[in-house]
Amino acid sequence: MKQSKAFYYIPYGLWIGLFVIAPVVLIVYQSFFSVSGHFTLGNYANYFHSGVYLKMTFNSVWYAFLITALTLLISYPTAYLLNQLRHKQLWLLLIILPTWINLLLKTYAFIGLLSRGGSVDNFLSIVGIGPKQLLFTDASFLFVATYIEIPFMILPIYNAIAELSPSYVNASRDLGASSWQTFSRVIFPLTLDGVKSGVQAVFIPSLSLFMITRLIGGNRVITLGTAIEQHFLVTQNWGMGSTIGVVLIVAMLITMLLTGERRKKRRTNHAK
Amino acid sequence: MAKTIIEFQDIVKEYGDTKVLKGINFEIEQGKFYTLLGPSGCGKTTILRIIAGFTDATRGNVMFDGKKINNVPANKRKVNTVFQDYALFPHLNVFDNVAFPLNLRKVPKKEIRTKVLDALRMVQLSGFEEREISEISGGQQQRVAIARALVNEPDVLLLDEPLSALDMKLRKEMQYELRALQQRLGITFIFVTHDQEEALAMSDEIFVMNAGQILQTGSPVDIYDEPINHFVADFIGESNIVRGHMVADYRVAFAGKEFDCVDAGMRQNEPVEVVIRPEDLDITTVEKGALTITVDTQLFRGVFFEITGHDDTGNMWRIQSIHSTEVGAKVGAYFDPEDIHVMRFNESEEDFDARLETYEGEDSDR
Repeated sequence: MKQSKAFYYIPYGLWIGLFVIAPVVLIVYQSFFSVSGHFTLGNYANYFHSGVYLKMTFNSVWYAFLITALTLLISYPTAYLLNQLRHKQLWLLLIILPTWINLLLKTYAFIGLLSRGGSVDNFLSIVGIGPKQLLFTDASFLFVATYIEIPFMILPIYNAIAELSPSYVNASRDLGASSWQTFSRVIFPLTLDGVKSGVQAVFIPSLSLFMITRLIGGNRVITLGTAIEQHFLVTQNWGMGSTIGVVLIVAMLITMLLTGERRKKRRTNHAK
Repeated sequence: MAKTIIEFQDIVKEYGDTKVLKGINFEIEQGKFYTLLGPSGCGKTTILRIIAGFTDATRGNVMFDGKKINNVPANKRKVNTVFQDYALFPHLNVFDNVAFPLNLRKVPKKEIRTKVLDALRMVQLSGFEEREISEISGGQQQRVAIARALVNEPDVLLLDEPLSALDMKLRKEMQYELRALQQRLGITFIFVTHDQEEALAMSDEIFVMNAGQILQTGSPVDIYDEPINHFVADFIGESNIVRGHMVADYRVAFAGKEFDCVDAGMRQNEPVEVVIRPEDLDITTVEKGALTITVDTQLFRGVFFEITGHDDTGNMWRIQSIHSTEVGAKVGAYFDPEDIHVMRFNESEEDFDARLETYEGEDSDR
């Protein structure tokens, strides 16, 4: 019995060991070496003292925040609406469908759409707005990133709303709450876990976006993801690249702590 | 007579092709305990939802205090509901759940505190304010739900099978408490249940429903003693229902014999159904009995023996007797004329009441 249990741990153990623990340990280890291969804390000192890296960090967080906020703004009402529809599973499937297509393919499709002489540009000319530089702008970067992340936000929120018992809504209305009060005091707080999962699923990957920043954003937005790529592939400064990697991992952990489920018992104080 | 607070005028509810309510008419008077009783799917919960404002009636008027409220949204009705699953908000603790309706109305904090504590004391949950909903038992959740529904001081409290999730003992306790609470507060309660015992024990007035219609309205005693038809007789309590025919007024024939009874106003030789409650039948000797019954089974039920048997014409009889007998024995079953209740086929409640009126009037003249 004990033996067979140990047997089932093998695939999971191998996976965790080889693809999670080992890489993290390697990255942390690498981050303490300079370009010339000497042990140093210089990478971290460099990171925290140079305005460039801090600005990049700020950029990453800021854009990840914008992307998350935009997706949330679109996804919550969409998830809510989907739940009211008759064939909600079908509509949901249509939203999930694009995630089955390779990310790079979708990105190239957007280049085709947004570039000079592309469909959108042509359309703008026809309606009289005239040709506009669309590709390689902050707006197009945010637009495409939001487009790509939306399904990952909708899904957890959709599930949270679907699980919400309609009797809570009835109870709230029954006790005198208007539609808005019902939403803000009952529906939203009770679906907050779905929102948190969605924020995790969108914010964390958005921190290290680099392909979209390059192909759609034209490297106008330099994020930590771009910096890591550059250090490993171009400047060959693995130590600095790893340092930024460690910073990203810490940022992810912080995000998870902030959006994770609170175990702490809530003890509110009422006017006593 | 007390003031009418809710009135249904020809309420019809359709979902697509299915008619859930087929023309419901009733009046609810202030300060009474009403029960909507019927098997599941009979439309009783739909009536509750229409009163609360969660669903619209397809046709007909809902009147509240003399005003039509069909288009008044649920949050503007002076009615509160205790839900079957309680619907307590899991993200709020006991205090905040009960305070929910008061917070909505922006009642001053101090007043909220007094009212919530009063409401919790009323349902005997003082000291539970800070508990989370997940930390309290089903019975306690039930009380919180009642406190939350009452803290708004509604004119009418709707209860949707609130006791169905509780175990037997707690259920009985809550029946007493709910009844006591209603009498103390003087608020109109409309209680939905499929449990006839619960209905009989708690109500001032029972509406017996089946298949989208109200079959009979009356006090528990009226409904138990004078059920209008086979369904009501069978649904409320246990009954022996056998076929027979009226020989004349106050004379009915069944099981191959004629008996005196207290029912009248029917055609001569009209086929009828006769109801005798198992507890009204007494076991005696064959000579003294009105019917001769061969005992088929006997069960000891604690307070009484439940005996089933058949008479000479093949009718099945269930008897509750404090004396035991033996399986296979022939015994006599004795009953008084008042124990016989005669039901006509397809008689409406109006006709039934009218018929009772005619000869019960005579009774008092005699």
